[in-house]
Amino acid sequence: MRKKLKICLSLFWVFFRIGAFTFGGGYAMIPLISEETVNKRRWISESDILDIIAIAESTPGPVAINSATFVGYRVAGFFGAFFSTLGVVLPSFIIILVISYVLEEFKSLKAVQYAFTGIRAGVLALIVKALYKMYKACPKGVFYYIIMGLALIAVAFFKIEVIWCIIACAVFGLIYSLTLKGKVEK
Amino acid sequence: MIFLKLFLTFFKIGAFTFGGGYAMLPFIKEEVLANNWMSLEEIIDFIAVSESTPGPFAINMATAIGNNQGMTFGAFGGIFGAFCATLGVVLPSFIIILIVAKIYDKFKNSTVVSGCMTGLKPAVIGFIGSAVISIAETVFVPNGFSTTIFTSATFYVSAAIFIGALIATFKKVHPIIIICICAVIGIISGYLL
Repeated sequence: MRKKLKICLSLFWVFFRIGAFTFGGGYAMIPLISEETVNKRRWISESDILDIIAIAESTPGPVAINSATFVGYRVAGFFGAFFSTLGVVLPSFIIILVISYVLEEFKSLKAVQYAFTGIRAGVLALIVKALYKMYKACPKGVFYYIIMGLALIAVAFFKIEVIWCIIACAVFGLIYSLTLKGKVEK
Repeated sequence: MIFLKLFLTFFKIGAFTFGGGYAMLPFIKEEVLANNWMSLEEIIDFIAVSESTPGPFAINMATAIGNNQGMTFGAFGGIFGAFCATLGVVLPSFIIILIVAKIYDKFKNSTVVSGCMTGLKPAVIGFIGSAVISIAETVFVPNGFSTTIFTSATFYVSAAIFIGALIATFKKVHPIIIICICAVIGIISGYLL
């Protein structure tokens, strides 16, 4: 019992630090998680890390939460999952609460408004880069291009709710992979 | 009841977005705009905040919006709102991963799961593409499209910043540095023009 509590607390501490020091979200955390849990503490094996990435990608939700929950569960069951997830969420939660108050105070300043006008154009560039990276990581083929195009047109021009497009694309993917995929992609 | 609404909306976002980072953006954008919780400008500004602070985008967004909306009930209302929204976005992943961890081998080899992912991977790219279109509109033609934009100096400044930032990010300059430089250029050109 005491041993388990100790493991849960160190899980919390490890993921708290990971949450506090990784910028740019989930995928940026994977190397840190691997360093802390595989190399330093030997909680899980190297191949587990690959499984974590695969699972985090094929389940809904942020990659950071998925990997923290999965590692925590592997190491110490339900409570391990709970403390890891709490640890990874808490730093963002605290930091953003503080920043929200600060932003609220300063947002009426002219200089801050000008700054954000410049920043918006920069953010657009960052998202275009992220989009390009995801495109490169996606499998290529006629089916994939059709889905990309349909999803884009449905949301951007026909204003169909994203949630229905997600469900539809999952169903299309399922039908395609059960029927045509083996024949088309060799 | 705003707190329940925050929880349920972010629960839905957490349960239906696949892939990390900006894969969540289109869905978050749609829900946030539909509820009038933030304008598109504020969402873009918040992406910049999120890039410059640690932690996942979805958590940051949930915390900020929850705090914003709960604030009408005072400071504790803000914290409680942030708590509800963050709990909402975390809970689906948490529950699903606990289940998946138990049936891991079945899950890993499931043709249904990999089949759905075949459709979801390219779909996410389409969704982000649509978000890029609406963000580009906000950045370049904030007051709607007309021929006068080609005579407005802010349009050219935004275009120059965008191109510069794009080159910088492909040269692997850190996002925080890019955001800081964009802010400085924004301030200078704001006072000059």
